[in-house]
Amino acid sequence: MKKSLLARNNDLANTQRQLEILSNGMFADGELPTFAKKIKETNQFPLRPKKLEILQINLGYMCNQVCAHCHVDAGPDRKEIMTVETMQQCLDVIKKTGAHTLDLTGGAPEMNPNFRWFVEEASKAGIKDFIVRSNLTIIRANKKYYDLPEFFKKHNVHVVSSMPHWTRGKTDKQRGDGVFDKSIKALQMLNEVGYGKEGSNLKLDLVYNPSGAFLPGDQMALENDFKKALKEDFNIDFHQLFAITNLPISRFLDYLIASENYEDYMYALVEAYNPLAVENVMCTNTLSVSWDGNLYDCDFNQMLNLKVASKVKHISEYNEELLQNRNIIINQHCYGCTAGAGSSCQGVVA
Amino acid sequence: MSKTYYDPADLRKFGKITEWNEELGNKFFDYYGKVFEEGALTAREKSLIALAVSHTEQCPYCIESYTKDGLQRGITKEEMMEAVHVGAAIKSGATLVHGVQMMNKVNKLEM
Repeated sequence: MKKSLLARNNDLANTQRQLEILSNGMFADGELPTFAKKIKETNQFPLRPKKLEILQINLGYMCNQVCAHCHVDAGPDRKEIMTVETMQQCLDVIKKTGAHTLDLTGGAPEMNPNFRWFVEEASKAGIKDFIVRSNLTIIRANKKYYDLPEFFKKHNVHVVSSMPHWTRGKTDKQRGDGVFDKSIKALQMLNEVGYGKEGSNLKLDLVYNPSGAFLPGDQMALENDFKKALKEDFNIDFHQLFAITNLPISRFLDYLIASENYEDYMYALVEAYNPLAVENVMCTNTLSVSWDGNLYDCDFNQMLNLKVASKVKHISEYNEELLQNRNIIINQHCYGCTAGAGSSCQGVVA
Repeated sequence: MSKTYYDPADLRKFGKITEWNEELGNKFFDYYGKVFEEGALTAREKSLIALAVSHTEQCPYCIESYTKDGLQRGITKEEMMEAVHVGAAIKSGATLVHGVQMMNKVNKLEM
């Protein structure tokens, strides 16, 4: 099994090193404009938060997969896991905020030993959209997870699942050998309990990340191709496909550098820059909470250890007014969310 | 010798051809953009045609562009290679069919 950058003592496990790489080279010599300069051109600097709509909570970096592009650097060797105490602090905040969406992510959030307790407690808070980001294979990883589809159904969880392609080869290349077959089986199990069916309230969406150094194509066209292929080949139904651009951080950055694609990829991101996407990037309506309760503008800033620019830096100190009054921290990786039709955890934004 | 006729970085400069003739350059890019819009053929089908033609025209810039474009659209490598074979078949067929012209000429000239 492959290991995380951290377990391999890779240089890029150091977030400061990643930020140095992002800020130097073509951005330092002015060949490409920095993201800050780019958004200044359209008077969108500094980037400011709008009303909080989504609270995204990262329950830990532990995962049963080691995907080649993972921006979290998650894997079985990662032991960072949110404690019940921090979960309780999150629950207190969920009840206080007007956020309509709760978004649980990881790693594999289901691997947190207190995941089910947290879902049960959070579901009582009457959130409109309660998302769990599942990598699918966790449902088939061990017998103790086989009932997850029923558990999700019981709490009306909105399942958002990773699926890079409708073919085995592309999927396994990005996510590991055997991932495709397990994912297909897990999707069929979700379908069996009613997820993803037309007209069903049990929402099942897929997330598509390109399996390499290229940007995602048109989200709707990809959704149609996924739907056709998965239905014809495996009788699988799902609702929507979210196309997400890979951001040049962590393991994807490592891949870009190792494959000598980094420079071309950054050029492609900058060339595809869309000022309209800046208006709706996820950091403007989302707050990201890490496994240890720290607050970030988004999951990507979390992985670069760029905590919110506010006096309030931890969920236990949550103060809506102070947090609303902050500037969002940006860097060159933000080009990833503003390329083309834009990208967020909810797919395109422009 | 490090210099070659083709520089991958030149592809990024393609848009600059309008600088020396704005009117014709813009007309070309307007036409080009229109051709690749979804029409009676899907954008996916057009991408595969473009990839095949890129090979028959042996244009390295076009091959790079439409390989990347195909990946973005989720087109598989098997589909891409099949498209290249279609192009190759037409190219070789086009060569061979001229053999008939040769045969006609030989038949006419020989006793």
